[in-house]
Amino acid sequence: MEDHGSTALRRLIEAQRDALVETHARLGDATALVERGQVAALLRFLRDDPDCGFDVLTDLTAVDYLGETPRFEVVYHLFSYTNRHRLRVKTRVPEEEPEVDTATGLWPSANWLEREVYDMYGIRFREHPDLRRLLLYEQFEGHPLRKDYAKERRQPLLGPRN
Amino acid sequence: MAQPSHLRELLKGDLGEADLERDLHTEHQILNMGPSHPATHGTVKFLIELDGENVVDMDVQVGYLHRGFEKECESGAWYQAIPYTDRLNYNSAVLANVGYCLAVEKLLEIETPERCQWLRVLSGELARLADHLTRCGAACLELNSFTPFIYGLEARELTWDLIEMLCGARVTANYIRIGGVKHGMPSDFPGVARGSVSKIHELLDDFGKIVTSNRIFVDRLKHTGMLSKEDCIRYAVTGPLARASGLPYDLRKDEPYLVYEEIDFDVPIGEVGDNYDRYLVCVEEMHQSLRIIEQCVERLEKLGPGPVNVDDPRVRWPAKDGVFNKMEELIGQFKSVTEGPRVPKGEAYAAVESANGELGFYVVSDGSAVPVKVRCRPPSLINLQPLSVMMRGALLADIIPTFDFINMIGGECDR
Repeated sequence: MEDHGSTALRRLIEAQRDALVETHARLGDATALVERGQVAALLRFLRDDPDCGFDVLTDLTAVDYLGETPRFEVVYHLFSYTNRHRLRVKTRVPEEEPEVDTATGLWPSANWLEREVYDMYGIRFREHPDLRRLLLYEQFEGHPLRKDYAKERRQPLLGPRN
Repeated sequence: MAQPSHLRELLKGDLGEADLERDLHTEHQILNMGPSHPATHGTVKFLIELDGENVVDMDVQVGYLHRGFEKECESGAWYQAIPYTDRLNYNSAVLANVGYCLAVEKLLEIETPERCQWLRVLSGELARLADHLTRCGAACLELNSFTPFIYGLEARELTWDLIEMLCGARVTANYIRIGGVKHGMPSDFPGVARGSVSKIHELLDDFGKIVTSNRIFVDRLKHTGMLSKEDCIRYAVTGPLARASGLPYDLRKDEPYLVYEEIDFDVPIGEVGDNYDRYLVCVEEMHQSLRIIEQCVERLEKLGPGPVNVDDPRVRWPAKDGVFNKMEELIGQFKSVTEGPRVPKGEAYAAVESANGELGFYVVSDGSAVPVKVRCRPPSLINLQPLSVMMRGALLADIIPTFDFINMIGGECDR
């Protein structure tokens, strides 16, 4: 496993080697692929370790690789104001048990972003304080950004609720 | 004989000394605001818990403008997503074009020509100017002052005229291409732009004279909607909102892309992070954008006409005379239109400083002509999340200016 010149990846390899599956820095984006069970501890390390110091969760999203196992990938984009560097952390999530630990305790910005991922992909975030759909309505059936959700599929129109 | 007044009896009972101490048995009220409220220029619903006029808690419900941006992008060619990005933040459409194209170019590993980069900066700054004008103008309008809004609109009209002259359309410009821009700068553009820039400076000054030290305006904005620097970091807030809270971070300066390194401009920083600071930061950013526009025009004049697209067969559209006279070019054109570029397998994240903050695009390709994933990191959504933090304990009426200066744009927030 290589650090590709990134301080954050070097620290991760030193301290959290067991949690890492793979690292790369293709196109200049330092990336770490992480075991799903250890993602919460690793994110906490990334936030609290002074050399990493990732105080901002810039973005959180997921990708559906239909046909691969594990099927989903949850992607975190981190940024550090103190050290001015970025890191992408990814973890694979299986279709049978689409669950990851929440990051809301580390960064409040994760709240809506995790709700959106749940809304769009049906990935549940364990111990999320308020895991409702974010963009769609609660009667919506299915998770539209999954690759097996047909783009043409229509949902029933609902009238106003009083 | 007249009867003793019943009313007096009642009053005596109610206003007795002991009763003054009595609790009035008020209870919190739940108020629905939106999704279509005249004072919020965006389709969003607030569920507010009120104690009298004070906000105890609120739930912000977004998604009314969701139209499946990412799903649409995942079902077309790479270049077909560009018009959709126009419709994210329709106040500053070009900036989203630039962000998306930079991400795809990162995957393709192409470097665009210098002229193209200056044109991107120029069109992007015009878009930022239009966005800030809308934000400040609409904020005045929603605080019931119509005249400054008209000054803002007049300046925005001039800006949109420039965008139309440069890009061919006023609002959804669709000007940026993967590997370039649609066309170069028209030869009469510099003259018109210089005239408009000085006129916009004047209009901004007039605008400032009406509102910047206007007692009512200042009272409505000062110390309302405060967000601390620490909360900005915790909630990943970026853009003018974070800079108003004293966070000196601007992607144009800190992670310079395109040609921003060569451009001379300042980044205004606020102190306390209230709505008034946000207003001042936005106004100063408009002056700085005008400065950047002047420098772009000057440089583009010096560069003169020439190629504005990268000469890479994967993304280049063949010139028309080639298409009509050469078989290979005709085939190339056919492939470009029906299929578009095949982007190498991989993933990339590229971000630009949009009018609202960090507008990032995370794109994933499996090597085919259709994206696996186009994720837009929407600053509107992420900046809106701490609204409930800003509003806790505040007056109901303060929601309006705070929401204005967050500048939530439904198209980008809900995608």
